[in-house]
Amino acid sequence: MGRYDFYGYRRENGRVGVRNHVVILPLDDLSNAACEAVAHNIKGTLALPHAYGRLQFGEDLELFFRTLIGTGSNPNVAACVVIGIEPSWTGRVVDGIAKTGKPVAGFSIEEHGDITTIANASRKARELMQWASERQREKCSIEEVFISTKCGESDTTSGLASCPTVGNLIDKLDPMGVTTCFGETSELTGAEMVCADRAATPDVRGKFMQVFNAYQEVINRHKTSDLSESQPTKGNIAGGLTTIEEKAFGNLQKIGRKSRFIDVLKPAEAPSRGPGLYYMDTSSAAAECVTLQAAAGFVVHLFPTGQGNVIGNPIEPVIKLTANPKTARTMVEHIDLDVSGILRRELTLDKAGDQLIDMVVRTCNGRLTCAEVMGHREFVLTKLYQSA
Amino acid sequence: MPTDFIVHDKADTVGVAVVEDIQPNKELTGWVMETDETIRVKALDTVPLGHKIALADIKSGDTVLKYGYDVGRAVADIPKGRHVHVHNLKTKRW
Repeated sequence: MGRYDFYGYRRENGRVGVRNHVVILPLDDLSNAACEAVAHNIKGTLALPHAYGRLQFGEDLELFFRTLIGTGSNPNVAACVVIGIEPSWTGRVVDGIAKTGKPVAGFSIEEHGDITTIANASRKARELMQWASERQREKCSIEEVFISTKCGESDTTSGLASCPTVGNLIDKLDPMGVTTCFGETSELTGAEMVCADRAATPDVRGKFMQVFNAYQEVINRHKTSDLSESQPTKGNIAGGLTTIEEKAFGNLQKIGRKSRFIDVLKPAEAPSRGPGLYYMDTSSAAAECVTLQAAAGFVVHLFPTGQGNVIGNPIEPVIKLTANPKTARTMVEHIDLDVSGILRRELTLDKAGDQLIDMVVRTCNGRLTCAEVMGHREFVLTKLYQSA
Repeated sequence: MPTDFIVHDKADTVGVAVVEDIQPNKELTGWVMETDETIRVKALDTVPLGHKIALADIKSGDTVLKYGYDVGRAVADIPKGRHVHVHNLKTKRW
């Protein structure tokens, strides 16, 4: 085993997962109760309740399907049961997930009722759970891992040390052919031209600026102030961040100094240009962003925090790091890697980056993250506008 | 010598407190990451961990630099050594 090798789950389509979940996925808000009942019946399965799936239309509906199908298709998911109120959209999600070759089955509630549906879906979930429990980990290499990043409850220590630690990892892994992803469109405000300069080609740069400007239009259309109540957040401000520009430059440290992004992804869109760094158009709200990245097929997440965001994701392990010594001390059960030594000049950025790579490999091998053991499973769909 | 504050870029007009005990009149030692230089500033305010301190006399209306870039506009005169935050620095966006 080399330093960058680990034991992971190789799925039917060749992608590598680091977890082995059997997901009980509701098509819509109405089916949450049935999914939670199935997950209660069949131990080890994981229900993913959410708030949407009814009367959405247009681009918002497309994003909804992309997110649900992408979640079921993620290589950290071994098998999936989908339950919806009616069979047609349920079937659309099942068919989308089935393209990966993994086992998936759909159940609908109309004409059966919850009790019969729960019984039928539980029988199938029992079969899939026992099948999944016999999947074996096999030797994989780090370039097969898709890694996403997003920071939260940032403070000035994020820009000084924890975000640059992620950047150091990306600068080291990018040349090895690892696929990585960053996002947070609104949170690049003030640093957007510096970000645009990191696009690999003029075409990608143009695509990025288009996405950035579109998001600014949304903010300008709906804002009632300079957003100083929301962006930076109250936590950001308590931690010493004053303006969105300052926050943006800290945020951008996560992509390191050398790597260039090779494409701009729609929310929850899977990368299709091969290995490299991708930019995804996302909200800067932590759970929304990580949910979209997980739906795009990313299997490990790197989350620098300053003041101590506690976020997790049900299917994508979230590794948290902080450089804030107070957060490392007072929120120890939430922090996987403490890089506050950088601020005391006891730890170099290079060494911190290596420590983070080691933590990624350990997580891929099965080490549970703080968010996983604390039960953080925030599954939050992004909604673009009102339902019809 | 312990580092009290860190500066990203030589051009920056603010530094970030990385210790929890900055009080008025304390002589502070700062580290400029870009150039690996050591600089000294006398604190005029209490500056909490992670908060910014002015490295030069900043006039109201001046652009404040951090990471070597524009991070907003001073809305009051900020003498060297003072706490820089939402009371004297505002976004130029939105």
